Amino acid sequence: MNVDVLVAGAGPAGLAAAVELRRLGAGRVLVVDREAEAGGIPRHSAHTGYGLRDLHRVMTGPGYARHYAQAAARAGVQIRTQATITGWPGPRTATLTSAEGIETVAAAAVLLATGCRERPRAARLVPGDRPPGVMTTGELQQRVYLLGQRRPGRALVVGAEHVSFSAMVTLAHAGADVVALVTDQPRQQSYAAFALAAAARWRTPVWTSTALRRVSGRGRLDGVELADLRTGAVRFVGCDTLVFTGDWIPDYELARLAGAEIDPGTRGPAVDTALETSVPHVFAAGNLVHAAETADVAALGGRHAARHLAAALRPGPPPRAQRIPVTVTAPLRWISPNAIRVGGPPPPRGLFLLRSEAFRRLARLEVRQGDRVLGTARARLVPERPVHLDAGWIARADPSAGPVRVTLR
Amino acid sequence: MVGTAIARALSRYDLAVVLADAANDVGTGTTKANTAILHTGFDAVPGSLESRLLRRGHALLAGYAAQAGIPVERTGALLIAWTPEQLQALPEITDKARHNGYASIRAVPAAELYRREPHLGPGALAALEIPDESIVCPWTTPLAFATEAVRGGVRLRLDCRVTGAQPEAAQTGAHLIRTTRGTLRSRWLVNAAGLGADRIDAMLGGGGFTVRPRRGELIVFDKLARPLVGSILLPVPTAQTKGVLVAPTVYGNVLLGPTAEEVEDRSDTATTAAGLAALLEAGRTIVPDLVREQVTATYAGLRAATEHRDYQIRVDAGLRYACVAGIRSTGLSASLGIAEYVVDQMAGAGLPLKERDGVAGPPAMPYIGQAGVRPYQDAGRIAADPDYGRIVCHCERVTRGEIRDALASTVPPADTDGLRRRTRAMNGRCQGFYCAATVSAMMTEPAMADGPGRPA
Repeated sequence: MNVDVLVAGAGPAGLAAAVELRRLGAGRVLVVDREAEAGGIPRHSAHTGYGLRDLHRVMTGPGYARHYAQAAARAGVQIRTQATITGWPGPRTATLTSAEGIETVAAAAVLLATGCRERPRAARLVPGDRPPGVMTTGELQQRVYLLGQRRPGRALVVGAEHVSFSAMVTLAHAGADVVALVTDQPRQQSYAAFALAAAARWRTPVWTSTALRRVSGRGRLDGVELADLRTGAVRFVGCDTLVFTGDWIPDYELARLAGAEIDPGTRGPAVDTALETSVPHVFAAGNLVHAAETADVAALGGRHAARHLAAALRPGPPPRAQRIPVTVTAPLRWISPNAIRVGGPPPPRGLFLLRSEAFRRLARLEVRQGDRVLGTARARLVPERPVHLDAGWIARADPSAGPVRVTLR
Repeated sequence: MVGTAIARALSRYDLAVVLADAANDVGTGTTKANTAILHTGFDAVPGSLESRLLRRGHALLAGYAAQAGIPVERTGALLIAWTPEQLQALPEITDKARHNGYASIRAVPAAELYRREPHLGPGALAALEIPDESIVCPWTTPLAFATEAVRGGVRLRLDCRVTGAQPEAAQTGAHLIRTTRGTLRSRWLVNAAGLGADRIDAMLGGGGFTVRPRRGELIVFDKLARPLVGSILLPVPTAQTKGVLVAPTVYGNVLLGPTAEEVEDRSDTATTAAGLAALLEAGRTIVPDLVREQVTATYAGLRAATEHRDYQIRVDAGLRYACVAGIRSTGLSASLGIAEYVVDQMAGAGLPLKERDGVAGPPAMPYIGQAGVRPYQDAGRIAADPDYGRIVCHCERVTRGEIRDALASTVPPADTDGLRRRTRAMNGRCQGFYCAATVSAMMTEPAMADGPGRPA
């Protein structure tokens, strides 16, 4: 099968991109998703707050997922669900496996929008026994919202960022008594209002500076050992469900198999400000390049990639994509996009996205290239929360002066 | 592992056999502690029973695996010297291998070693190549034995813990074996209880050995790490342990481990912070790029070591009792050799062996390795049954058809862990973020128990 654009992933980024591609006149746009329904993670996020920045309204996750799936269908996008890309026999040629068999799809351009997931307990190297009852938010939400399962008993949530509070709400909905949210950070990393609501509505505290040392329980989960990082005291807390939240990692398998260079910070494919990867005509958008932002930010990234992907499809010699790498130094963890396309667009929404591993109330970010300061900005740094850096300075970057570095002054 | 191999061997004869296990599945005890390597036995103690049965078991299992579709890859092993002392030990290891009847071992100079393993950390001085060391699927192996045994008439009793054994009062010559699922009466008793073997042996008046569980922790790395390692990378062993190795797995992951720690508790298969840290430290030396990849799983198992260096195998004609204990860490590789030896000894002690009619041979097991063709890669199978094209576990590319087949198999899984071992579902890098809810729901879906050939 030949298509103009193959989109891997029918989440907010992939679907928004597909709609935009069709609006811009792209021919055959095929969106492939391995799940049974299009829509991505919002399908099983029952809470509201979706659609603010991209659709200028507020919807629930499932409603938002439906909106994009329907918009894509109306726009003439071909959507294939329960179909998995299992290989890349050529640079923009995918092997597609589904109940219909094994097909080869050749595309003029590819958009990778495979999203991200939470790192599970094993990847976090949490020692102890390995009983059932330990899961990620993603698994919990599917069990509760897609399958209607109950989770009676005591539950503990590891993490205190936005998604951790979302897991707490899901657990409460499923009948669990949520003992606490635990974080090794000195403060929770979500909005103060969430923590207040958790304490008031569900009497769920956030235990800060608390590290999970060990999981206990043979056959079934008994509880966990928690260490107070201030005093060193270790205590046992009984629970029947343990949910690991956040600690996002891009689902980068397809990008790596496609030969795209990986950014060591985001761990997703390295992309320039047009969201093109190191492989020509292979673009990447959404939480694959910034794990994890809200769905609307992912969708706007998808739209942005679609515009530049559509430009790349026009006949004529491909523009020479000269790039200036953009990096960060600690306590900043990553920046996305990770390169400026010389003569190209600013990043989606005119903003670079960053993450910090430390709290700073009033941080001053400095953008330097060699000895030159290209720009400065003020930001509040909270681990796991987005930091935005206006991209107004990119025109001042010198293509021959080496990488641009964003540091804390 | 050893118990299923013996049951399989006995199933070929006209005998009424019960295979009892305290756990809810086969292969959940010491089997879980292994490093999934099919050893040649090159480094066994020359002249020991272990050496002999390993050599025999290696040959038998290589043939059996090919027939049953058990994933095996002959990757070879490189035993690497990192220090001058270790370098000096290499000729001795070569001699030992020859004494063990293994002649294909050869010296590999550093330049060739780094050509073959370009991701190896700096500082390796030289190596020995053991070309016949292979990697094998440790779950399909006991399942194939159990499947063949059950199809051959062996009755499998799971969740059936032996609590006592005594001669029948009526002097019939039978053993009365009390279990958590009732009393069994049997003329012969084979004790292949692994970590519990000394306790059962004591019920029979034994006492020649004590099981000293040795815990081994292991780390499994993401499949994207697989290109970093070509062969099994072994350290030079010490008197205490074979040391920490790096090995590919037949599923396409990379394994790092094991630790070796004597523990008291025979069910303590917990991982520890110290153990995992020590493994990462070792891994950083052997293949530095490996520890930069994501960890897919960590686990720990208990090897059934005893105070003796060799296997504790004894057949008592008077008691009609076979004790098969102290198999340590080589049970997977030696399993078929041990079973052959034990059944032969039992025959010598008076067990009548009359070959049964209609012995079927190895079963065709579902293939879960990466070197061959899995159902999702097989257009013909998908065309015949679309469920083999419906991938439900994305990380491991396990299809609905494979899960359905496992649930309807001769030895079906009792829980999701059993399903993981049979299909790899939920064993991938996301550990169930995407699929665990769907897959566990399938376990109770009525249509899944019907087996292949029915529309989904």
